[in-house]
Amino acid sequence: MNPSDSPVLVLGARSDIAREITKILAGRGHPVMLAARNAENLSADVSDIAVRHGVAVTGHEFDVLDIGSHARFLEDLPSSPAIIVCAIGLLGDQEADAGDATATRRIVDTNYLAPCLFLEIAAARMSLTGTKASIVAISSVAGDRGRAKNYVYGSAKAGFTAYLSGLRQKYAASQLHIMTVKPGFVRTSMTEGMDLPGPLTCDADVFAAKVVKAMDRGSLVYCDLRWRVVMGIITHLPEKIFMRLKF
Amino acid sequence: MTLRDMDDPAVPSRDGMIARGLGRSYGDVSMNPSLTLVGTGRNRILSFDEKTGQLTAQGGLSMAEILEVFVPRGWFPPVTPGTKFVTLAGLVAVDAHGKNHHIHGSFGDCVSWFDLQCADHVVRRCSRTENTSLFNATLGGCGLTGNILTVSLALLAVPSAFIVQRTLPAPDLDAAIEIFETHQQATYSVAWIDCLATGAARGRSLVLLGEHAGAADLSGTNAGNPFYFQKRKAKRMPFDAPSWALNRYTIRAFNHLYYRAGSTGPEQRIVDYDTYFYPLDAIHDWNRLYGRQGFAQYQCAFPLAASRDGLIALLDEISAAGLGSFLAVLKRFGPGAHERPLSFPIEGYTLALDFALSPGALTLMTALDEIVCRYGGRLYLAKDSRMTQATFEAGYPDGLATFRALRDTSGAAGTFQSLMSKRLSL
Repeated sequence: MNPSDSPVLVLGARSDIAREITKILAGRGHPVMLAARNAENLSADVSDIAVRHGVAVTGHEFDVLDIGSHARFLEDLPSSPAIIVCAIGLLGDQEADAGDATATRRIVDTNYLAPCLFLEIAAARMSLTGTKASIVAISSVAGDRGRAKNYVYGSAKAGFTAYLSGLRQKYAASQLHIMTVKPGFVRTSMTEGMDLPGPLTCDADVFAAKVVKAMDRGSLVYCDLRWRVVMGIITHLPEKIFMRLKF
Repeated sequence: MTLRDMDDPAVPSRDGMIARGLGRSYGDVSMNPSLTLVGTGRNRILSFDEKTGQLTAQGGLSMAEILEVFVPRGWFPPVTPGTKFVTLAGLVAVDAHGKNHHIHGSFGDCVSWFDLQCADHVVRRCSRTENTSLFNATLGGCGLTGNILTVSLALLAVPSAFIVQRTLPAPDLDAAIEIFETHQQATYSVAWIDCLATGAARGRSLVLLGEHAGAADLSGTNAGNPFYFQKRKAKRMPFDAPSWALNRYTIRAFNHLYYRAGSTGPEQRIVDYDTYFYPLDAIHDWNRLYGRQGFAQYQCAFPLAASRDGLIALLDEISAAGLGSFLAVLKRFGPGAHERPLSFPIEGYTLALDFALSPGALTLMTALDEIVCRYGGRLYLAKDSRMTQATFEAGYPDGLATFRALRDTSGAAGTFQSLMSKRLSL
């Protein structure tokens, strides 16, 4: 477990999963830095965590797509993070995005390219401190196999998952723990309006508790047991059969 | 039902929209099949003053969260209903009352101000000095004046997380009323009432009085740590009970044993706030006890002068029908807030019942409606799912015209609608 005074940086702080993870970590006493676009709108989240948990909370403007700003952003933070929760993601609209270069690039950049470049810089810095540090990065089971429903998003997440796996190997000998989180269906604003299968869907707070538990025990890839079973089957289906399935 | 996050810019449908919190109202008050806005994600605490206890938060903050965060610091909600799974906005919308209504009034009495998003999309600050008529109409207005975005209230400083509970058995209704009247100074009071008892035992009750326990009342480890108690893990009712499980015989037997246990047990006990205020929250999905058909809540209030006769008429009707209510609660209300058109409490007695749903129960409740109207009483909108417009209009004669006029002039009538507002032409 990370010492409870180690600062936490949350990227994509407005994400429902990120918010719930933040609550748990702040509840343990970690100071928290929330980062997102339009940081002035984070003030409610800042006050909420500060009052509930009595920890130091700050809000920071951060646009992951502004790649040139990454290094500067890390330097300007009030303290260097020992835990980074990366909850940046953009689902997009498969129907409209497929074949649209601008939209596809935006999804690939947001889910893959930009967070990878950021984490590359952050990991290098965190591994140098020689103390225990963690990166918790949220990818998706959608990256395990491309589906007609969301393959623009899914392929970007597949790249992200692979990148994290490589990053983890690179820093295997260091004190830096990198955990890939692969959520299935979680009730959040991202999945709002979708017809989700009840037994395979969980609430953001329940999911966040499992993620933090996995982080504590040093898991490398966290995916809910039920989803491991489901994805185990899906990824092993012969392509000939898989291509005919409608889900 | 189309559900949408409240932060989504809502495009009102032709059938309007209604906001919904944790959905603990028993009827159709927060339902609109065309568009229901779910406000539970808006639960951020915006500020808290450690000196005065002033709390400002988004409307989706729940009572459970308030208790979890603030009781350890010595603060308690000044008014709380019988479940903690309610949101601030929901409490405002039904102007909820608690066991201390006779002293502290209803939830609206502890609200300093709230921000209301009106039909014209303008967010208005409403208080006793600003937008007063909106303030009054929104307290108890069932979300039909606008969306309640932010609420500010002063919490109550308490010496511990415990309540000194006194149990006073009352062998009949008159005795119960007598106890309520002589214990007007008790901070909290509520009675469990046996509505199947007949003859000399008609209306027998256990009146539970409560006071916040001070350090001197506590013993052992609690004395050194007055805000801590071991939270019990909530149990679940994992299946629907068969519909015959609750019948007049099982309920009568339960009531008999419960009354005997209450009247022979120790008069005074120290209990944690969960046990005292939220006994049903300890069993998640307790409603499944009523079987697949579910149940209907019936809560009425009588003016003080008519209370005794009204209650007796109700109890006679219920026991004649043989349809027992498993959970029946009697409470003395203090003065109501007449300036709030749809606020439920009026000075007198309120009786809350629930009936497993059946054609017989519906017939019985229609008969009860007549009694309530005859004695000048009214029903609680937050719990109703079936009263007729005539019953409603008879119960709220003064405020209704004001409320409807305010809805018409502000444009709320076209924008904020629920199944209930349509049923009752609100």
